[in-house]
Amino acid sequence: MSFDNAYESLLEGDQDAHWAFGTGFHESLAGVDRALPSTVDTAELAAYCLMLGDDALILSQRLAQWCSRAPELEEDVALANIALDLLGQARLLLARAGEAEGRGRDEDALAYLRDEGEFRNVHLVEADCGDDFAATIAQLLVFSTYRLALFTRLAGSADPVVAAIAAKGVKELAYHRDHAAQWVLRLGDGTDYSRERMLAGLARVWPFVEELFAPHRIELGLAEAGVAVDPAELRSEVDGVLDTVLSAAGLTRPEARPLATVAGRAGRDGVHTEAMGYLLAEMQHIARSLPGAVW
Amino acid sequence: MGVLDEVREVAEQVADPELPVLTLADLGVLRDVAVRDGRVVVTITPTYSGCPAVEEMRADLRARLAEAGHHDVEVRTVLHPAWTTDWITDRGRRRLAEYGIAPPSRIGPRAAGPVPLNLTPPSRRVPCPRCGSPRTEELSHFGSTACKALRRCADCREPFEHLKEI
Repeated sequence: MSFDNAYESLLEGDQDAHWAFGTGFHESLAGVDRALPSTVDTAELAAYCLMLGDDALILSQRLAQWCSRAPELEEDVALANIALDLLGQARLLLARAGEAEGRGRDEDALAYLRDEGEFRNVHLVEADCGDDFAATIAQLLVFSTYRLALFTRLAGSADPVVAAIAAKGVKELAYHRDHAAQWVLRLGDGTDYSRERMLAGLARVWPFVEELFAPHRIELGLAEAGVAVDPAELRSEVDGVLDTVLSAAGLTRPEARPLATVAGRAGRDGVHTEAMGYLLAEMQHIARSLPGAVW
Repeated sequence: MGVLDEVREVAEQVADPELPVLTLADLGVLRDVAVRDGRVVVTITPTYSGCPAVEEMRADLRARLAEAGHHDVEVRTVLHPAWTTDWITDRGRRRLAEYGIAPPSRIGPRAAGPVPLNLTPPSRRVPCPRCGSPRTEELSHFGSTACKALRRCADCREPFEHLKEI
């Protein structure tokens, strides 16, 4: 067999049967043992899985917006790969949420048919960095650092499905964080101009950092049941990692006031920033215009 | 040969949809094959959370087992323990190298506690699958699929893919 033919059999015989993307996707938790823990309030578990799933889904959508527009080809591929990992995490978590909720909504219904006020993601992931690559890298650094600290702990969750999703996610988030950190280093410790852009990128996302550590009622309740993690516990680890990256890059934390909440309510309660509506419009419009469409 | 041996042999020979030089057994995603009350139960685990090939693996397993006369088939997915490249068999590693994809090195189980940060890409010794030179460098940690990085050889100058450690 020749060296050049690693993929030859993809094209042999019935092409469709060999093509990984030729068939439709089914539910992502198909075949997984997913009995609900009897000691847990299933409505709360559903809400918590939505928080974790929506964070990944919305950042995945943001990163996918770089597809074909990244500053270099390798980076285009990198951001798309990271977006795909997050989409995979989101599918598993939304499927779990739908199951715990017990109202017959699957991952697609939850992703495409909920309105803005029902999404429970933090503001950081919906932030629109436009074509500002340094801001996207800052967003990815903060998010992956936070989520890696969270998932490392959730790998011991009392919900076996959440625990398994988290344990798997840890491996992926570790290289997402490394990728973002290496870019912060390259840009921060690069030219005067790249340093200025990196600082501006960090300043753009820093107002969203505080919200990551503000515990929500659901998180606190489930943390007591051993299912969730109180996000306030993550703070010192996340701060430590961010400080390490920034100091290696010769940067300091931006001065930024946390974004105001609405009477204490923020993303976890379905209160979102202006950017969210535009994002959902783009993400949901085909599924809503053509209900049940397949391709 | 018993029914179990027979179905195991069929399941083990199913090719990975994205890396067809490997079988599902080589890749280490095939976790268990059993026959219970006449029903074939095959258990697989996904490589990455977002791996789009899982659906295809299910369909391929069903199709190959049906060809062998087994129609009552259940394909189960387990998420835990999470797949690691350490589960790729020696035969799988040889096949990858033979086809120009550098196989992963073995990484062992992850230590408990916080995951260490890498501010520089970890320097792994990944010999060139074409000329065997140890002088290779990573061009991009991300490649054509979630599981591969892109490298190049400083001696034969060829780019090549590396199934990255996870």
